[in-house]
Amino acid sequence: MVEVRDVHYAIDGRPIFAGLNIRVRRGLITAVMGPSGTGKTTLLRLITGQLFADSGLVSVFGRDIASLSSSQIYAARRRMGMLFQNGALLTDIDVFDNVAFPVREHTDLPESVIRNLVLTKLEAVGLRGAAHLMPAELSGGMARRVALARAIVMDPEVLLYDEPFVGLDPISLGVILRLVKQMNQALGITSIVVSHDVQELATIADQSYLLSAGSVVASGTPQELARSDSETVHQFMTGSAEGPVKFHYPAPDYASQLLGADEG
Amino acid sequence: MSTRYRRGTLLEGVRRFGVTGIFLARLLAACVSALARPGLIVAQIFNAGGRSLIIIMLSGLFTGMVLGLLGQDVLQRFGAETALGQLAALALLKQLGPVLTALLFAGRAGTALTSEIGLMKATDQLTAMEVMAVDPMSYVAAPRFLGGVIAMPLLAAIFNVIGLLGAHLIGVGLLGIDRGTFWSQTQSAVGIHDVTEGIVKSVVFGAVISLIAVNEGYQCEPTAEGVGLATTRTVVASSVLTLLLDYVLTAAFL
Repeated sequence: MVEVRDVHYAIDGRPIFAGLNIRVRRGLITAVMGPSGTGKTTLLRLITGQLFADSGLVSVFGRDIASLSSSQIYAARRRMGMLFQNGALLTDIDVFDNVAFPVREHTDLPESVIRNLVLTKLEAVGLRGAAHLMPAELSGGMARRVALARAIVMDPEVLLYDEPFVGLDPISLGVILRLVKQMNQALGITSIVVSHDVQELATIADQSYLLSAGSVVASGTPQELARSDSETVHQFMTGSAEGPVKFHYPAPDYASQLLGADEG
Repeated sequence: MSTRYRRGTLLEGVRRFGVTGIFLARLLAACVSALARPGLIVAQIFNAGGRSLIIIMLSGLFTGMVLGLLGQDVLQRFGAETALGQLAALALLKQLGPVLTALLFAGRAGTALTSEIGLMKATDQLTAMEVMAVDPMSYVAAPRFLGGVIAMPLLAAIFNVIGLLGAHLIGVGLLGIDRGTFWSQTQSAVGIHDVTEGIVKSVVFGAVISLIAVNEGYQCEPTAEGVGLATTRTVVASSVLTLLLDYVLTAAFL
């Protein structure tokens, strides 16, 4: 469905990806995990054709995204949905119009059909009653659920989630988790979840990739990752500050800096 | 960000000019598809124009009243008080109307445009549109640009009318110039050439300010600080360019 093969990508000379390989199979939930700053969001931008790889292949729906014209990229994007970390709802229109937005832009459906369609999707995320609210009146978790309704309103084949679990209370988190699973099972949507919430992902992912330093350091089912004897994988799965992934930003010696040996 | 500061100011200026030029080309292309959705443009004419109406009318009134006082003061030194209507009408139509409206428009509508688009960028709304296969250039940028271009001449026209009434209020009401003389002087002095100059100026200023405002919002750093800086740049660049272009256009119409 989506394939990333030997992708190299650098921003301002700083390499983000060096030989990245990821394969997303139809109908599965694929998790892409990794510490902050490993380019997880950049990966989603490569898949949606907002950025292009310096070298290597990013193929979506079986076509090399770099070879498509901009109208073909737009056509491909209509078959995808994306859930943004903060929802990214349009702030000048209400919840109903936000969910209706892609439908009104891309189809000529009569208003009565749009109404039913939008209410169905809002019901699926439990927010049919909030249809008249403005985005500013929503909590973070509600905004994300509205954004999810908007992402699925065009019945996409692939759904991309950018850090869907960050900053949610336990109830909202549980709801979003169930929704992700439900979208996948009930609607057969291929899902790509980018996140660093290992425990949550482990309960829903069919296939996981762990990124570090620009490439995949481990892949497999969450259970396989948990049993891995790689130090990087072990550190990430258990959330330890000690290990191959440095938690501390490079700094002068701690003791000598405290003692004033270094004015910096 | 850091590389941007290291470059020279001149080079940075040239770069900005180039970026704005490319943006203008994309914007004009997007305007074609935006024209098919008049609803969006009308909403933006209201946003840019309707919401600026009160300050434009107030400013126009006081400008006209000051013109009345000044005209009386200066003209009576030549014994030509009766030419007040002529002076006020020409000053408003050719200079004060377009220029002052443009400066107010930059401060009221231009800043609102920049900060709105900047915030949409900072909250991923523009990216979200792109992912939903909706081009933000034709959905967000072009309607706002066209709305500004259309609203600005209308505002300048209202400014002129209210300004002339203000001059009339002072000249005829307070200083006792004959009403008939005031209007006949005005009517005979103003030619179609003067009106054209005013209209051309206000359209050009409207286009320049809207372009700057939309461009700054679109190019800004998507942070609170970046949006603030972009808003400031909109006011500064719009005001300076308005005055500079006013000189060029005035010279061209002589």
